[in-house]
Amino acid sequence: MSELHAETVAYVRDSMLPQGAPPSRQSGSVLWLRQNLFSGPLNTILTLLGLAVVWFLVSHFWPWFSHSVWNASSMAECRQIIAERWGQGATGGCFAVIRERWNQFLFGFFPPSEYWRPTAAFGLMFFAIAPVLFTESRALRWTVMAVAAVLTFALCMLLGAPPRALLVLAVVVVGLTALNEYAHRAALVFSLLFPFVAVWLLWGGSIWGPLCVLAGFVLGFAVWRALSRLGLFAVAAGVAAAAAWWMFMSDRAASDLQSLLPVALPYVESRAFGGFVLAITIGVSGIVMSLPLGIILALARRSDMPVVKAFAVMFIEFIRGVPLITLLFVASLLLNYFLPPGTNFDIILRVIIMVTLFASAYMAEVIRGGLAALPKGQYEAADSLGLDYWKAQRLIVLPQALKISIPGIVGTFIGLFKDTTLVTFVGLFDPLKQMADTIRATFAWKGAYWEPYIFTGAIFFILCFSMSRYSMYLEQRLKREHR
Amino acid sequence: MTDLPGGQDPPFRLSMLIRDRRYRSLTIQAVVFILVMLVAAWLVNNTVENLARMGKTFDFGFLDNRSGYDIPFSLIPYNSDSTHLRAAGVGLLNTLLVSALGCLLATVLGVLVGVLRLSNNWLVSRLMTVYVEVFRNVPLLLWILVIMAVFTEVMPSPRDYRPAADGSASAQMILFDSVAPTNRYTSVPALRVEHDPGAVALGPVSVSAPLLAFVLAFAAAWLINRWVRARAQARQDATGIRPATWWVTLALFLVPLVALWRLFGLHLVTPELRGFNFAGGMNLDNGFVVLLLALSLYTGAFIAEIVRAGIMAVSRGQSEAAAALGLRARPIMALVVLPQALRVIIPPLISQFLNLTKNSSLAIAVGYPDLRATLGGTTLNQTGREMESMLLMMGVYLALSLVISGVMNVYNASVRLKER
Amino acid sequence: MTDVYADRAIDRSHMTVSDQVAIQIQGMNKWYGSFHVLRDIDLTVRRGERIVIAGPSGSGKSTLIRCINRLEEHQSGRIVVDGVELTNDLKNIDKVRSEVGMVFQHFNLFPHLTVLENCTLAPIWVRRVPRREALATAMRYLEKVRIPEQAHKYPGQLSGGQQQRVAIARSLCMEPKIMLFDEPTSALDPEMIKEVLDTMIELAQDGMTMICVTHEMGFAQAVANRVIFMDQGQIVEQNTPHEFFNNPQSERTKLFLSQILGH
Repeated sequence: MSELHAETVAYVRDSMLPQGAPPSRQSGSVLWLRQNLFSGPLNTILTLLGLAVVWFLVSHFWPWFSHSVWNASSMAECRQIIAERWGQGATGGCFAVIRERWNQFLFGFFPPSEYWRPTAAFGLMFFAIAPVLFTESRALRWTVMAVAAVLTFALCMLLGAPPRALLVLAVVVVGLTALNEYAHRAALVFSLLFPFVAVWLLWGGSIWGPLCVLAGFVLGFAVWRALSRLGLFAVAAGVAAAAAWWMFMSDRAASDLQSLLPVALPYVESRAFGGFVLAITIGVSGIVMSLPLGIILALARRSDMPVVKAFAVMFIEFIRGVPLITLLFVASLLLNYFLPPGTNFDIILRVIIMVTLFASAYMAEVIRGGLAALPKGQYEAADSLGLDYWKAQRLIVLPQALKISIPGIVGTFIGLFKDTTLVTFVGLFDPLKQMADTIRATFAWKGAYWEPYIFTGAIFFILCFSMSRYSMYLEQRLKREHR
Repeated sequence: MTDLPGGQDPPFRLSMLIRDRRYRSLTIQAVVFILVMLVAAWLVNNTVENLARMGKTFDFGFLDNRSGYDIPFSLIPYNSDSTHLRAAGVGLLNTLLVSALGCLLATVLGVLVGVLRLSNNWLVSRLMTVYVEVFRNVPLLLWILVIMAVFTEVMPSPRDYRPAADGSASAQMILFDSVAPTNRYTSVPALRVEHDPGAVALGPVSVSAPLLAFVLAFAAAWLINRWVRARAQARQDATGIRPATWWVTLALFLVPLVALWRLFGLHLVTPELRGFNFAGGMNLDNGFVVLLLALSLYTGAFIAEIVRAGIMAVSRGQSEAAAALGLRARPIMALVVLPQALRVIIPPLISQFLNLTKNSSLAIAVGYPDLRATLGGTTLNQTGREMESMLLMMGVYLALSLVISGVMNVYNASVRLKER
Repeated sequence: MTDVYADRAIDRSHMTVSDQVAIQIQGMNKWYGSFHVLRDIDLTVRRGERIVIAGPSGSGKSTLIRCINRLEEHQSGRIVVDGVELTNDLKNIDKVRSEVGMVFQHFNLFPHLTVLENCTLAPIWVRRVPRREALATAMRYLEKVRIPEQAHKYPGQLSGGQQQRVAIARSLCMEPKIMLFDEPTSALDPEMIKEVLDTMIELAQDGMTMICVTHEMGFAQAVANRVIFMDQGQIVEQNTPHEFFNNPQSERTKLFLSQILGH
């Protein structure tokens, strides 16, 4: 014992040992296989089962995929080609239906000459969300904007946008890129303007229509700012001014301006909307319009005033308690009952209204989570500086709470975007069912089941998967910041 | 100390309605209340006017009228002479049936996949990841349509199961010759009772005697089991040694089950081909099978994520701390990891159940007669009572949701960590 | 306890107590539910006074100063701050809050705004000071707390001591007449405590009326003109620092001092 002790005390290492190699059995691919696939009886069984599943999938689907035909004008022709090439009884995908009808899956019944307009709106959307969503890293923002710019421009050109439109688009895209880089606040202003731009691009008509609606917002805002010392009265005055403008002046001003300085795109009826244009229009407008509503509902639900809180809870729980499908039926069957006799606007608008209400309840819950995550000290610091409730919310609480809520908002959007397919049941042309049914109803493409499902499914998957990955990335980032 | 000037409570002035904290909140609430009521009154007024213009009334009396339509899938006696109310009841029960079975299947699938995703097996965890991501990121409607198409386009017709002249059939039953999926229905084994003593009347409803017996036996077993466990706990508290109780538990549940099974002569009848159709077993409508499969697969993917997150949320330190105290794997799982993981898992799990129940309204895509299809579909169209049918249907869905989230709130309150 | 201020020359030329009353509290009581947190508090603070409130945790000292700018509501008695009584009248509450600065234990800076924006926010939105003027004031106070070079950073990029000095500057930008400090150094690492206390000492030298809840007894001895000892929601003893530390009267005070100074 004492010797050992003496030794440990006196020991000094005079030469360092070189790093030794592990026993040969335990390195490289053999080790990997042993550790990851065959580390025990249970694991081995699982691996074999997994392999069986993979084999089942490949053996069933690969022949069908490898026998696909892209060049044909009807299902019958497809079958004939497959039979010729791979013998009688062979089955194969007839992706010719996608090649022939891709435009309807994407654009519905939009006039082909105007295909560039939804494309441009979709591309510009990335510039609108860039100052909000892609603020974390400059490289990412640049990549997103560059890809969006190039793709939008190229696609619009390919889809036959008129040269004048291309020129305007190029100027706008370059301008927005610069704004995002050098004037962050101005870029945010574009984010607010984007809904009007998108409405004009999608539905067309005179540009003065959307602009005069926008003028109402500006007027209301100006009135509120001018009277802001009066607190809630200023809000009421602003709302009243905007409402008055929209009710009595807006239409006349728009038509006067149009006759004075005509700027217009060909008008496209809501009926022509279909496919992914419809899904994205409904999804995006639902989420955008539900944002302000959701904020108000979330604040109301956290309020200490029982009446206000009760209304918010009732609304939110009602909407969250019923299936979206029933709300869509409300849009198609009941909404006209609730409005003054004689009001009748088209089903897409009615659906957008109901989808907005639907999304706002979920949005409110997401934002409520963000509000709850803010430390109490933030509210106290705002109070101690003398900020009143609305200023504290606007300047201190909401900017932080909304940032925390972004991943949740993206998640809500993914859910909503998937749910837009349900509009098929009120007779709209969603890309998944109604559009595919329509195409299958033609003689040439009777029996084309799998190809449309694969095509639309793949688009949904790519969009939803990338959005969910991005929101996960943001969540991780927020977590790191909070540590 | 000098006395302060002025009184504590100044007399009430009108400006205090806005400037005084106490009254301001009342003022705002009154204003909000009046505004909401004005909007509500406007909506109701519009509705009344519109109904009057169309010559309609608001009246739920139609629910007592003869429905006049058939429902192909019903859990309670129903025919076209029954009332609309009964049709709605059939629909509600169908909704409940597919939701309950869907929740069960989705949970089993989700737990399995969630655990497998965390396994060390590279291949299996990758496969599970693919399943989860593919099902989560594509609309449920697509899965319903695809599975429906599989059944209508790929599955053989019942006659294909008939052996041809050479004795070979073009289609075979699956799962040990017990299930026969066809393009019209899916034939599964049925449970038959040999010695059926008939139904027992419990007030207005009558319940099949075997079912009642099984429920009672199960309840009794559960109660006795609780008592056995409590005794074992008492023994452990007193002596430090916990007597093994697992075999008592097993016996408590198994013995009555086997005994009753024997007593009533229960047996499974596998479907058999008679002529061009299957008989003997139960022929399940494909709408039901497709909806059930799609709901379970879709929700299962979400549940798998919840389970995985729940297990991962219990930090490694917890099981290490338990191991350092000398606990073995099983008690670590049962006493340390699971209680914490369940706390994280159960609330989102229940909200997935809620989603599944609401999503069951997609039955519309497969023609399964759920609540939306009966009350909100055929009844609505036949009677032209949109307002009443829709309100009633939404009310029922809302009630279902509130019950489910009520259960969740009770659970949350019972497990909330006692924290400062 | 380390007495870091024994060797420090403190300029007392501006540290004068006037006859004017800054804060007057009379018979103030507060309950949390059925728990009586503040019992019959009477306190008069004159302009230029530097008061340190000490006491064991849970004795109600933080609650007391939070009542002074109405972060907590008192249920009976009266609080008059700079001639304005704190009632339910929102105008009065706003007036008091813009006259009284508050520094928190956890700084409570706004993490989404830069240091400079933190400092200019309230002057611009509450006092309606023109932006240019607010910026100049903010820079002046940031220089005073010796971190003008951090003006464009975000709070998350600063050390705890720097954050607390920004928080002090943020309060000063509202040009308050009274400053309240709620355990300003309790959340700081030891090496950062001094820089914050130095800032507070400079503030005292300028003649600011201050009420500090703190466990820094060295600071109390060096700067305070009065030390108040609270226990169980009551003011147990108040005296000059010299008398308080060297000749405590109450048994509770003696026990408390022996606990915090004894090791």
